[in-house]
Amino acid sequence: MELLRFITCGSVDDGKSTLIGRLLYESKLLYADHLAALEADSRRVGTRGGELDFALLVDGLAAEREQGITIDVAYRFFATEARRFIVADTPGHEQYTRNMVTGASTADAAVLLLDARKGVLSQTRRHARIVSLLGIRHVAVAVNKLDLLEYSQEVFEKIQAEFPDTTCIPMSATEGVNVIGHSELTPWYDGPTLLQWLESVVVETEEDGPSRFLVQWVNRPDATFRGFSGRVLRGTLRQGDEVRVGERTSTVDRIVTMDGDLAEAPKGSSVTVVLADDVDASRGDVLAAASDPPAVADAFQAHLVWLSEAGLMPGRRYLAKIGARTVGFTATKALQLNEIGTDTVHFEAPVPFESYRTNRDLGSFVVLDRLTNATVGAGMIDCALRSSNLRWQTLTVDKQARISRNGHRPCVVWLTGLSGAGKSTIADLVEKALHAAGRHTFLLDGDNVRHGLNSDLGFSDADRVENIRRIAEVAALMVDAGLIVLVSFISPFRAERALARELVAENEFCEVYVDTPLAVAEQRDPKGLYARARRGELANFTGIDSPYEPPENPEIRLDTTALSPAEAASAVVARLRSLGIC
Amino acid sequence: MNHLDTLEADSIDIFREAVAESERPVLLYSIGKDSSVLLHLARKAFYPSKPPFPLLHVDTTWKFREMIAFRDRIVAELGLELIVHRNPECVALGINPFDHGSARHTDLWKTQGLRQALDAGRFDVAFGGARRDEEASRAKERVFSFRTAQHRWDPKNQRPELWRLYNTRVAPGESIRVFPLSNWTELDVWRYVERERIPVVPLYFAAQRQVVDRDGLLIMVDDDRMPLVSPPRTELVRFRTLGCYPLTGAVRSEARTVSEIVEEMRAATTSERQGRLIDHDQSGSMERKKQEGYF
Ligand SMILES: Nc1nc2c(ncn2[C@@H]2O[C@H](COP(=O)(O)OP(=O)(O)OP(=O)(O)O)[C@@H](O)[C@H]2O)c(=O)[nH]1
Ligand SMILES: [Mg+2]
Repeated sequence: MELLRFITCGSVDDGKSTLIGRLLYESKLLYADHLAALEADSRRVGTRGGELDFALLVDGLAAEREQGITIDVAYRFFATEARRFIVADTPGHEQYTRNMVTGASTADAAVLLLDARKGVLSQTRRHARIVSLLGIRHVAVAVNKLDLLEYSQEVFEKIQAEFPDTTCIPMSATEGVNVIGHSELTPWYDGPTLLQWLESVVVETEEDGPSRFLVQWVNRPDATFRGFSGRVLRGTLRQGDEVRVGERTSTVDRIVTMDGDLAEAPKGSSVTVVLADDVDASRGDVLAAASDPPAVADAFQAHLVWLSEAGLMPGRRYLAKIGARTVGFTATKALQLNEIGTDTVHFEAPVPFESYRTNRDLGSFVVLDRLTNATVGAGMIDCALRSSNLRWQTLTVDKQARISRNGHRPCVVWLTGLSGAGKSTIADLVEKALHAAGRHTFLLDGDNVRHGLNSDLGFSDADRVENIRRIAEVAALMVDAGLIVLVSFISPFRAERALARELVAENEFCEVYVDTPLAVAEQRDPKGLYARARRGELANFTGIDSPYEPPENPEIRLDTTALSPAEAASAVVARLRSLGIC
Repeated sequence: MNHLDTLEADSIDIFREAVAESERPVLLYSIGKDSSVLLHLARKAFYPSKPPFPLLHVDTTWKFREMIAFRDRIVAELGLELIVHRNPECVALGINPFDHGSARHTDLWKTQGLRQALDAGRFDVAFGGARRDEEASRAKERVFSFRTAQHRWDPKNQRPELWRLYNTRVAPGESIRVFPLSNWTELDVWRYVERERIPVVPLYFAAQRQVVDRDGLLIMVDDDRMPLVSPPRTELVRFRTLGCYPLTGAVRSEARTVSEIVEEMRAATTSERQGRLIDHDQSGSMERKKQEGYF
């Protein structure tokens, strides 16, 4: 008997829980003691004046019964002659959208309910969007509470018109109309009942494809055995298969289970693989068909759903769990609670992946907060933006070619510090020295860029983040062009400087902390800005009413109270030389 | 892969994720059929290694004698580490269901006992055999269910849990209860016991047993500590769940084999919790007990 996992979703109070309760009740799946409890609960806390309140079969938390709404997903299991079902009854209330997403992430089909009197609401649309985003291909729309509109065919057809090519079912959950069997109350409807539709859904199996085995745990009971315990996420793994892990290849020697070795393990099986060679794989690695391994990348275009009250801060460093790896993570656009967006995201280390469309297991990730450990977001990979894998289009004139032509490596020299710390003066002197020595350079200065590229940005935290993000991207492009890029920006936030660092290779970023105490900078005040800020004429001034987060481990720290600008500049040039950049 | 194969693979996956990402895991072993299946899956998950964690039994001194004998036999046969914890305050005060009532008995022996044992072992992951089909508040619980340092469950504020990407991160003192059998039903458990020939306590099979009527339940006389109002009689009964003998009702049944149990289950009209006194103390009582740290 084939399993169908489905959800009920839609706006608050549209009758989702009632419908599931009714479905369980009508398919005679309730135990006598559960039914007795339902009768008692309906009298005590029901919303139907003492009559059976089917929602109470699924709304099992005390708070849900008090408030008459669903707060978290309930999972129920039932079977008919034709099929086995797991249903997740999800909450409609906007505040609990994250719980709806939880239920939807593992579903194959969705029943989208709406109250016939209210039609399509914004929360109905949001749920519909999440359902489609998560790749649930089978959706039926249940037009509920028609009993309150005398089963009006007109109302039903008007709503139906909003969902072309989708099965729409006229329904009353409380009365059980068109839930299991057809009802004479809707003689004009000849489509499937809800149960008929659920029984008829054909779950397409993911295309077979090349094998992918995710290593979860290295299995080493003693010195003689070394296996990789994990799961086949795609394709079929066979004994004797040639497999690739990262850069190495080997052969599947054994597929071990407690019930004996297997010749092959299909998608979905949890087994332990022994390789013929002593290959050093570890948790999070993917053993893949050697002929067709997955791509590896660290920057993606992805769909994100944000699940936390604290909104997503672009450039902030979170963690992402993908497959069996947890890596540092940043996104580029802000998102609020329950918001959905397409975004550019960066992982701090390259990961093997597939697009979510191709394989859910290798194309999905969750975002975790580093401090609270909460699950704050969920993502689905569309495609890689900067692939670090071999299939990356090789451009004929690449970075190496430019290095040979220029005679030096490119890099970003990022000067950060308070306003008036001396960043621009020092950057200017460094560039002069490099230029004189025949190096190819460019200087991006905060004030200058704010006149052009970033003229649309102000000084709020969000704008400062975006200001730096753009500069970081521009600097990375210039590095690709082979230049030594001097960036002279206050860049007050650690997270954004970390982002800038991530955009280029490890040895191509040199953070210079122009360390001038606030009192000294304020005393110098070359542009008179501190004085104005103190008078309250300038809001969001770094150091006064906007924070500055000093670097923790800069490549270079310049104490400007001890060094003259010329000395500081030569210290930078000397350090660049020792780093092998010029 | 058929239905049981998929359930098995999912549970193994859960075990491996939890172990790979925790420091001090433990398996809560209550000796019942769900624990037996849980242990079997744990062995499969790590084979040829042994499960890399101890078993913890929170004992109440009121379990059926056959349960304890079974526990000791299984642990010895498999060569596993077993921790038995008995709340020392309960031992000292002689807490029992007759004098102190089922609610206090359960709270002090089981809920408080479990908290003591988890704290003592500094366990950050505790595997349990709970299933979502058991009860309405269980149906709401995550597979990886977060507990505060006070072992509390906050049902109104659970972590989102998407796909199979489980969040195992906790601060010191906090922990995760992990339920590998979340998506199994009672019938799945028995079918699996049958398929895998998993040993279970013989009390699950029908036999002539000494019983009395108590609080509407059919209670087996397991030793002479239970005050009797009427003489016990012999009936052909079995148990659908196992716990403390004075609180666990027997059902009249002729099912003497696992396949007969499966047959009986298909026709069953009452739930397995029907036979548990502690669960219908009050509607919603399980949720409250769980919030306080009950398993
Ligand atoms: N008249 C009528 N009332 C209904 C019908 N379906 C549900 N209701 C009532 O609408 C109210 C809300 O029903 P629920 O089933 O709790 O709605 P829900 O969609 O699960 O709500 P949330 O989970 O909180 O989003 C209850 O009082 C139900 O009895 C219906 O078909 N007809
Ligand atoms: Mg509901």
